[in-house]
Amino acid sequence: MRRHLTPAMNLLEVRGVSKRYGAVVALRSASLTVAPAEVHALLGANGAGKSTLVKILTGVIRPDAGTIEMGGRPVHLTSPASAPGAGLAAVFQDPSLVPDLTVRQNLRLTGADSAAVRRWLAAMDLRVDEDDLVGDLPLPLLRMLDLARALAREPRLLILDEITAALPADLVERVFLVIRQWREHGRSVLFISHRLVEVRTICDRATVLRDGADVGTLTLAERTEQHIVALMLGPMATSDDAPCPVGPDTGPQPEAAAPDRASAASEARLLLEARGLAMSGALRGVSFSLRAGEILGIAALEGQGQDALFDCLAGNRRADAGEIRVAGRVLAPRSPYDAIRAGVVLVPADRAHALLPQRSARENIALPLYNRATRWGLIDLRGEGTRAGAAIARLAIDTRAQRQVRRMSGGNQQKVVVARWVAAGFRVVLCFDPTRGIDVGTKRQIHRLLRDLAGAGAAVLLFTSELPEIALVCDRVLALYEGRIVHELPAQAADEATLLRLVHGLVREEPVG
Amino acid sequence: MTDPSAPGLEVRRPMAAGRAIRRSAWTVTIVGLLGALLVVEKLVHPALNVFDMQSLVDGALPLCLAAMAQTAVVLSGGIDLSVGPMMSLVNVVSALLMTHATSGQAVLIALGVVAAVVAAGALTGAVIVATGVPDIIVTLATGFVWGGLALHVMPIPGGAAPAGFAALMTGQLGSVPSGLVVIVAALAFLWEPVHRSPAGLALYAVGSNRAAAYLSGVAVGRARVAAYALGGAFAALGGLALTASTTNGNAASGTSYTLTSVAATVLGGVSLVGGRGGMIGPVAAALLLTLINTLLTFEGVDPNFSLVVQGAIVVLVVMVAGLVLVRRRGA
Ligand SMILES: Nc1ncnc2c1ncn2[C@@H]1O[C@H](COP(=O)(O)OP(=O)(O)OP(=O)(O)O)[C@@H](O)[C@H]1O
Ligand SMILES: [Mg+2]
Repeated sequence: MRRHLTPAMNLLEVRGVSKRYGAVVALRSASLTVAPAEVHALLGANGAGKSTLVKILTGVIRPDAGTIEMGGRPVHLTSPASAPGAGLAAVFQDPSLVPDLTVRQNLRLTGADSAAVRRWLAAMDLRVDEDDLVGDLPLPLLRMLDLARALAREPRLLILDEITAALPADLVERVFLVIRQWREHGRSVLFISHRLVEVRTICDRATVLRDGADVGTLTLAERTEQHIVALMLGPMATSDDAPCPVGPDTGPQPEAAAPDRASAASEARLLLEARGLAMSGALRGVSFSLRAGEILGIAALEGQGQDALFDCLAGNRRADAGEIRVAGRVLAPRSPYDAIRAGVVLVPADRAHALLPQRSARENIALPLYNRATRWGLIDLRGEGTRAGAAIARLAIDTRAQRQVRRMSGGNQQKVVVARWVAAGFRVVLCFDPTRGIDVGTKRQIHRLLRDLAGAGAAVLLFTSELPEIALVCDRVLALYEGRIVHELPAQAADEATLLRLVHGLVREEPVG
Repeated sequence: MTDPSAPGLEVRRPMAAGRAIRRSAWTVTIVGLLGALLVVEKLVHPALNVFDMQSLVDGALPLCLAAMAQTAVVLSGGIDLSVGPMMSLVNVVSALLMTHATSGQAVLIALGVVAAVVAAGALTGAVIVATGVPDIIVTLATGFVWGGLALHVMPIPGGAAPAGFAALMTGQLGSVPSGLVVIVAALAFLWEPVHRSPAGLALYAVGSNRAAAYLSGVAVGRARVAAYALGGAFAALGGLALTASTTNGNAASGTSYTLTSVAATVLGGVSLVGGRGGMIGPVAAALLLTLINTLLTFEGVDPNFSLVVQGAIVVLVVMVAGLVLVRRRGA
């Protein structure tokens, strides 16, 4: 009967796969079929079990029950090393390149054909020095390298677990280019992403997981976004609200924000000022100001200085020149400690840098609280607990695996990083791609949270690699190109096409700031 | 400098030529420090031969080998607190077996002992991998076991080693101290083949990031067991060096080497969390620590105080290096 749906035999058939970790059920019963020459999406909210399924498919973990067949033959993988033999290769959600080895050594480690890897990199218009230490490379490049390495294995099914989450628009395009070529050669891709736009662009069909079980397989062209979201989030989502509750000047407005946010903001207090920030090779005189109640977006392609900008505002690195003022006072942070004391906090790009993986979600959230009042006394467990608890509830963190943060799903880990500052309080929050890897439902919550925080008098600096987010949450946006601010515009005018032009540096020469 | 087609993806870094030097900067520094100290001492005390290569190498050989044993394990992300007691055990067992042996027989005994210790190392590694008990606890326990066994085998010092065997490790080969030959041979025939092989890559990989290594298809357990086995080979040679230099067995002879081997490893630029460092650095650090010790003794410094100096030097060097690293990052 399956033959009716697909012309040929299925490439991949997963039936009733389940996996539990102690009391936590990661997968209840998941089934999935992928046809030859198909790009198949695997959708689901944070913690739905997508990555667990990927790990089972590639032999990283073993399922408790269920069967997996490739091309009609059952596969029983015992380790990731045996996956290529079965025609499977994956780019995992967590980086799988070893940081202290060079690129060349990493390729040797997996027995990858380095000539093929180089060919794929060239096909994606990328160049990598193979003698570079992997730990020195930026995250987006690592993801591309991971992709090239998986492609070089020539798998029949390529699995991409949120590869685009850390990628800027131009690199996403290159990934899509490769995926299309791959499909033309009759091979298949299992594609995981929380960005529905991407899924609709590149995928043919989608299977939706909810709470560890598949709740439907659909042909994407035939379904509306609402339908897909409802399927992903379940019945509770419908009670929630319309597709984008936090559009400019819609949704719940906190009391502090007047209907016209921009004009209200112009009278508010200046919370963050940057004057001529420069850092060798990365920043060339960046100046801007940010008022209480304002959300300022930064739009940029990869490597245009946004990392350096956030690093020096947060005290991770020191600028060569320029001045930072917080609420009028000069801040020259020598470490994040100084910045945090001044009320400037960071949601970093790489959550691995911010989390204590072996500690519980609560401890991770409460960490900055330890810095306070009771510095030399005992930790106030009760107070800590309530604040952390409130933050967990506010961000709807899935606490099933919270005893050790490293066991939580990627999206839930990201929420923990954000929750930390919600619990601790701050004046200025620097958000570097805060919704990376976060599902559509929670993304809205985070957007609303940012608006609420701004409404309560905080200032938000937001870099996002997902350009549509800017019009959705920001008041103003700065386009950063080659370490300079090349343009500033109100968020209402920042549609995706305009932004795309700006981030590519296509702007009449009238730099602002 | 930047590629127009991929503006953001070029990594900002100094010239490629400097990179190799930068990556081995620590080793170069330690070797340089050792050389400088040797030269200074020759200048200050030109008439003395206490500081010549022969006595330095003889004194340093057990520590050099202990440092190599520790390094092999530390690179793989573990730590071995049983290096010292294992050297004691090898010392007493080999001294006992060699008591009436000819030199030829002694060499065979030595080979047997090395093989047994490699197996013991592999077993330790296997226990760690299979049980998931942290390295530091398992090796602390096995350290007690080896130490206890050593005392059981030889409650009071005794045994002997044939002169020929002793000369093999602490004598001279031509005009070269044979200890130096042992070190170079251990590097060339034990470490380098591993270092260059896929197994060596796997060893560094599991030390650097175990999860990523596993996802990359590395047999993580096997690599960790191999590291302990290799460490066993070096520890066995270290114990044999003790036998050769003292020509008797003493159950307490290796005790101090556990912690000094860690000191030499750190001083040699190996990251204690694994994955980063080499083998030359720790060997040079072991020579450096021994040389400093000899110098202080010669200058009439209280031996207890010389331990203070050694500790201070380790802290100082690691601290300075740390600051240099921070500077470079922060720049
Ligand atoms: N090692 C583990 N121990 C305990 N629980 C685990 C472990 N690994 C995963 N889980 C739990 O299994 C569930 C599914 O996780 P999984 O990573 O598959 O989610 P996901 O669908 O990939 O989510 P995301 O979109 O956030 O990446 C989560 O509740 C997670 O906490
Ligand atoms: Mg996931």
